[in-house]
Amino acid sequence: MAFLNTLPGAVAEGLIWGLLAIGVYISYKVLDIADLTVDGSVCTGACVCAVLIGVGCPVIPAVIVAFLAGAVTGVVTGLLHTALGIPSILAGILTQLMLYSVNLTILGGKSLATIDPRTNRLLLNMSDNPKSIIVMIGIVAAVIIGLWLFFYTEIGLTLKSTGDNADMSRAQGVDVSRNKVIGLAISNGIVALAGAMLAQYKGSANINDGRGAIVIGLAAIFIGLSVSLKIKPNFVVSLIGVTCGGVIYYIVYNFVILLGLKTDFLKMLSAIIVAIFLAVPYLKTTHFQSKKTVPPIVKNTTGGEGDA
Amino acid sequence: MLKITNLQKTFNPGTVNEKVALCGLDLTLADGDFVTVIGGNGAGKSTLLNAIAGVWKPDYGTIELDGIDVTNMPEHKRAKFLGRVFQDPMKGTAPDMEIAENLAIASKRGIKRKFRWGVKKSDRKQYKELLATLELGLENRLSTKVGLLSGGQRQAVTLLMATLNRPKLLLLDEHTAALDPKTASKVLYLTNKIVSENHLTTLMITHNMHDAIEYGNRLIMMHEGEIVVDVSGEEKKKLTIEQLLQMFEVSSGSKFGSDKAILSK
Repeated sequence: MAFLNTLPGAVAEGLIWGLLAIGVYISYKVLDIADLTVDGSVCTGACVCAVLIGVGCPVIPAVIVAFLAGAVTGVVTGLLHTALGIPSILAGILTQLMLYSVNLTILGGKSLATIDPRTNRLLLNMSDNPKSIIVMIGIVAAVIIGLWLFFYTEIGLTLKSTGDNADMSRAQGVDVSRNKVIGLAISNGIVALAGAMLAQYKGSANINDGRGAIVIGLAAIFIGLSVSLKIKPNFVVSLIGVTCGGVIYYIVYNFVILLGLKTDFLKMLSAIIVAIFLAVPYLKTTHFQSKKTVPPIVKNTTGGEGDA
Repeated sequence: MLKITNLQKTFNPGTVNEKVALCGLDLTLADGDFVTVIGGNGAGKSTLLNAIAGVWKPDYGTIELDGIDVTNMPEHKRAKFLGRVFQDPMKGTAPDMEIAENLAIASKRGIKRKFRWGVKKSDRKQYKELLATLELGLENRLSTKVGLLSGGQRQAVTLLMATLNRPKLLLLDEHTAALDPKTASKVLYLTNKIVSENHLTTLMITHNMHDAIEYGNRLIMMHEGEIVVDVSGEEKKKLTIEQLLQMFEVSSGSKFGSDKAILSK
């Protein structure tokens, strides 16, 4: 019964992390870049949204500015990587560290900014889970439709090919560096949008929001794709799957808390889930598959008559 | 069409791995030339093609394409003039994308890409007809992911992509070397067909002397970063492998160093 009571909250928060996972999908799966900017940009989105609402800005513009701020963080990582030649994983770490200072500045040197859901008209809040779920489904649907339209345009196709085969892309006249910057901007914009939603949902933005967000995003991607790829391996179904992955993750998360796991260990749990999903395909090829597909060669040791 | 003047490139200069790949190479291709390039390992054949494609900048010298100096033009901008097929069949196509999507990207090479639908219905019809000319049964597999195709099929699709938008110059870098003999001859047949039907100016590296003599109207042989043999027209038509080896020995002062090239017929 206690589990059922937590379910609406888990679904609402799961949808927010599912939105974040869509952003991570763009960098990790489409561009083939493990972008660690995410841990910082989700917090930037939350801080920008919370602070703007705090100074009396209407919610919708605050959310749009949060999205744009996230896009800028993606551009910074993209330029560190493409214009300055820093390996992408390191470029993301550098931006993430910069963002800690930036986010503290946005919060005015404090570690927390609160939004009162009673005095502000928010899009969603944990006090009203059914409404939050409907709003999040609407936002996720809008983002998926937008991405679907974009990735099937002439420009969108080259973004896909950039991550799929950079050599081919360059040979076909695609500016691979520019595409990486654009892709990282879109990715982190969506991540910051998720951050803005999280701040409204929780009624606050904390400087530590987003620590380990990339890991949760990846967990949602792996959980979601393990199901959706079996149904139909296309872009839209994958994005829907990734969102559902976020929801499943949060339902499991809440369940584990109810079982009595100390909250101190939750990040450990997230990391272990991702490690398992990354390790299984590798272990399959090294330990299991070879035995199945290639039968051992049986030497004929008894009859040697045929050999002269 | 192509004019290369005094092209020089040294890899890892000043280290123990220093390798002079091109030393003052000059080459001019006329419109419609189909030139085969042959030479031993490390002769500088791929280096030459990569220099033309803009994979890196040469140390010295200039490259002109269709009267435009492209020496300092980045690779993706230069792609406007060039169709390229690589030795590695995996390199020329995006495996996680459909055949139609690959072709759609190729159809916009050198054209400004916009926020327009990438693969339209009319495009699919055109791609279907083009794929049918390959005679590989790919015309009914437009939505198949390229990664599911064989090496030969991928190389044929790459060839189509390289020539979909008529290139000023087609660069073929041993594009049949990684294929089995039967598939290789099929891809070579398609290459010859596409090149001659469209009168494409072509530079084709091959490791096979027999192919180098049979195809094209001009043959150049490279050795240590220079062109040591250059035959064309009637002289090339009558050329035999023995004559070619002799010409190589006379002009380079050494034996031709690739058994693979001599033995494969």
